[in-house]
Amino acid sequence: MSDTLQQTNGYAQLAADVLARAKACGATEADIVVADGETFSVQVRVGVVDRLSKAREKRLGLRVFVGKRSACTSTSDFSIESLHRLVDETCTLAKAVVADEVSGLPDASQMAAAWPDLDLYDSTKLNPDHQIELAKRAEAAAMAADQRITNSEGADFDSSSGRVVLGNSHGFIGEYRSSSFSLAVSPIATDPASGGMQRDSWYEVQRKFLKLSTPESIGQEAARRTLRRLGGRKVATKRVPVIFDQETAGSLLGNLCSAVSGYGLYKRASFLLDQLGNRIASDLITVYDDGRMFGGLGSRPFDGEGLATRKNTIVERGVLKSYLLDTYSGKKLGLASTGNASRSVGESPSVGPTNFYLVPGSKSPQEMIASVKDGLYVTELIGFGINMVTGDYSRGACGYWIENGELAYPVEEITIAGNLKQMFQDIEMVGNDLVFRSRVASPTLKLAELMVAGN
Amino acid sequence: MSDSVQLARFGMTDLEVRHALDRLNVRDVDYADLYFESRVSESVSMEEGIVKRAAKSISQGVGVRATAGEKTGFAYSDELTKKDLEIAADTARYIANSPKGDRGLPVPVQRRPTKDLYPIERAKAEVATADRVALLNAIDAEARRYDPRIKNVLASFNTEYKVVVVATSDGTLIGDVQPLSRLQVTCIAEENGNRQVGSFGGGGRVGFKFYHDEERYIEYAREAAREAILNLSAVDAPAGVMPVVLGGGWPGILLHEAIGHGLEADFNRKKTSAFSSLIGKRVASDVCTIVDDGTLPFRRGSLNMDDEGTPTGRTVLIEKGILRGYITDKLNARLMGIPLTGNGRRESYQSVVLPRMTNTFMLAGESDPAEILKSVKRGLYAVTFGGGQVDITSGKFVFSASEAYLIEDGKITKPVKGATLIGNGPEILTKVSMVGHDLKLDNGIGTCGKDGQSVPVGVGLPTLKIDEITVGGTQR
Repeated sequence: MSDTLQQTNGYAQLAADVLARAKACGATEADIVVADGETFSVQVRVGVVDRLSKAREKRLGLRVFVGKRSACTSTSDFSIESLHRLVDETCTLAKAVVADEVSGLPDASQMAAAWPDLDLYDSTKLNPDHQIELAKRAEAAAMAADQRITNSEGADFDSSSGRVVLGNSHGFIGEYRSSSFSLAVSPIATDPASGGMQRDSWYEVQRKFLKLSTPESIGQEAARRTLRRLGGRKVATKRVPVIFDQETAGSLLGNLCSAVSGYGLYKRASFLLDQLGNRIASDLITVYDDGRMFGGLGSRPFDGEGLATRKNTIVERGVLKSYLLDTYSGKKLGLASTGNASRSVGESPSVGPTNFYLVPGSKSPQEMIASVKDGLYVTELIGFGINMVTGDYSRGACGYWIENGELAYPVEEITIAGNLKQMFQDIEMVGNDLVFRSRVASPTLKLAELMVAGN
Repeated sequence: MSDSVQLARFGMTDLEVRHALDRLNVRDVDYADLYFESRVSESVSMEEGIVKRAAKSISQGVGVRATAGEKTGFAYSDELTKKDLEIAADTARYIANSPKGDRGLPVPVQRRPTKDLYPIERAKAEVATADRVALLNAIDAEARRYDPRIKNVLASFNTEYKVVVVATSDGTLIGDVQPLSRLQVTCIAEENGNRQVGSFGGGGRVGFKFYHDEERYIEYAREAAREAILNLSAVDAPAGVMPVVLGGGWPGILLHEAIGHGLEADFNRKKTSAFSSLIGKRVASDVCTIVDDGTLPFRRGSLNMDDEGTPTGRTVLIEKGILRGYITDKLNARLMGIPLTGNGRRESYQSVVLPRMTNTFMLAGESDPAEILKSVKRGLYAVTFGGGQVDITSGKFVFSASEAYLIEDGKITKPVKGATLIGNGPEILTKVSMVGHDLKLDNGIGTCGKDGQSVPVGVGLPTLKIDEITVGGTQR
């Protein structure tokens, strides 16, 4: 990595050259993203190395505007002649599409001027043997946890680091580095009675290597989650209270995040259309999106258009306070950007969360389970049965059945169904157990009632 | 493919490639390969009546791999120089951790694929942006003409032109040109505050003309509009166990999720699949015969050769209800001592090869589709689906209907809202009691995800009846 990181000035110069060339080709505005990075991944399975993988990559994305027409291109070939050809092609492409009155860069006055170091980068370089050792220890801890752990899909240790450079024709140029270290373990347990197998997993991702939990603790948690699925059964079809654990509550919050994204809204493809200022959830619900959390997995100093990131209140005590917007979707809705432009190299900006989280409540997960006489505790959701236009929700689930306030037995091959509009209103308890394991995070949530389909 | 694809396209010589393969030839390495890929992707998209976005992406690189026993070492680079190849090779062979091998490698012989399933000249694959724009404009007009309640039309046209060359330590040097395109239409209908969505699309390893033939683009627009309008009157779906009739074509996603993934060799070698010990056993009723076939001309899931240079083929997975075989890549075929089926696939040079499906479908049966519907007293008739997912180890799978109807006393009655269907892979096909004579392949929209890698696939199904499966609606 060190040799490419030395090229910082090179990339700034490259960006300036490409932007100048675009202008010469007739572009009225343009922006450019350069991303490079390095990833090293190891996978061990049943104690031996299964796969080692090393990647280095770089990409450049260009967006040009010719008046109100625009196009995007990207390439991994940074040679001068190739980049010049790319600029020419991009301008030609832009001239071929239809003018879109609201298109364009953000106003020059909106560009981020200075930003703090958000502590997203750790220069630690692990050698292959060290990574292999960590993965082996995690898997071994899972395998040793119980005799019923009989097999493994493996343990993965990935480390990556990279850099993003963004520049535009307003003269903005920004750069930041980030890194991540992750360890995941997927053990398999066999039911001694039926011979049926179950797999589950546990993982952790951190920006800093030293923040990772011990491999043993990650392996043991993976084993615990796998073992508790053994002996799962179907249940009768009925309407009951449902508790979503942290992982599945995070998935539910992710659905809310999609529904408040500006692009779905202006296309009239969100069930939260025209709801700004209205009560859309139970008054226990407050949601923030904070792009400036130190070391956060979703943190970034500026967004995909060069605007400063910030902390936005999305939902306050059940009332929808803000959408997630970039410049384009904001203009379509008559609103200002919230600094949530998300940029894949080679695509025009879209909207994405930074650190999108639901503020924890006062109840422990145990208290929440104790409040349910007959109901479901969901630990995994599968499938794509979510209609963002209508909010209709129907997904495969597994977890535990709750009887008289206690987890009674594992359940599987069931679905849960409702409508997201109602589901957020029906949240009647919020747990005190918020942990930032990914960029969208929620504590445990209890919903008054959902239809569970089984036998 | 008009000429054989040469290494020169990637600025490499045969000698440089032999040198890199030789560097990978250390003791304990069983197999090594280099995968050169160049890809140009283009897209145009429209919404709100205007074609406002156009994009193009160019990528090129090489993936270098060595396998030793069960171990795989892999590295890739987007720089194609002798030095970068050497660095990648040194990383890949790290897993073997052994000295230079003493056996000589066969000299790679340039070959061409034995078939040509998607003969599209480059010139025909290249379409002026103006023509793409005109196609999307026509779709928008057609969908809005279908019904004034259609308030927005989102349409996109994506093409990909991929050139690959594979050089292997077992003496193969082979290339292929793989075009791929897809046209997708989504309509949003609105009536008195009720908003609904409908989608339709298609494509394959085809040229631009395909979308004009038989006025397919018009059909796509109308079908997307029809589904959105239909859903305006949909009632809540039922919940619980009931008979389900699946329509032909895309509902074949059932096979892909319920059994296809479970029969990929890697999961079975590791004994982590619910199908691990079931070869020769009954896993479906005797009306079910299921194949994976990568050799169908112009299909989205088809390939002249897989990404290890092996010719694709037709593999019988289930024959009259009995599990017959797995789909394999070189690593798993070698370790398991089973036939190589030409299913080694990768998303790009940046990803490792895995055994993957191509086009997976059930052969036609003997029942009349009308009779199948007539045999159901109360159940669901599902004709279009969104995505699906499976837990390989437990065998539990889901797939979600986006267009479905109630069947009451043998007749299709009301449209119902989408619902997820959930079942157990090794069991569900034993509950198939009737298979129609109307096998249909999907229109070419499928993308399969595994280990974070996406590859294009196809599915197909005749109309069939599952006696009981759990439907995840909201109504008793």
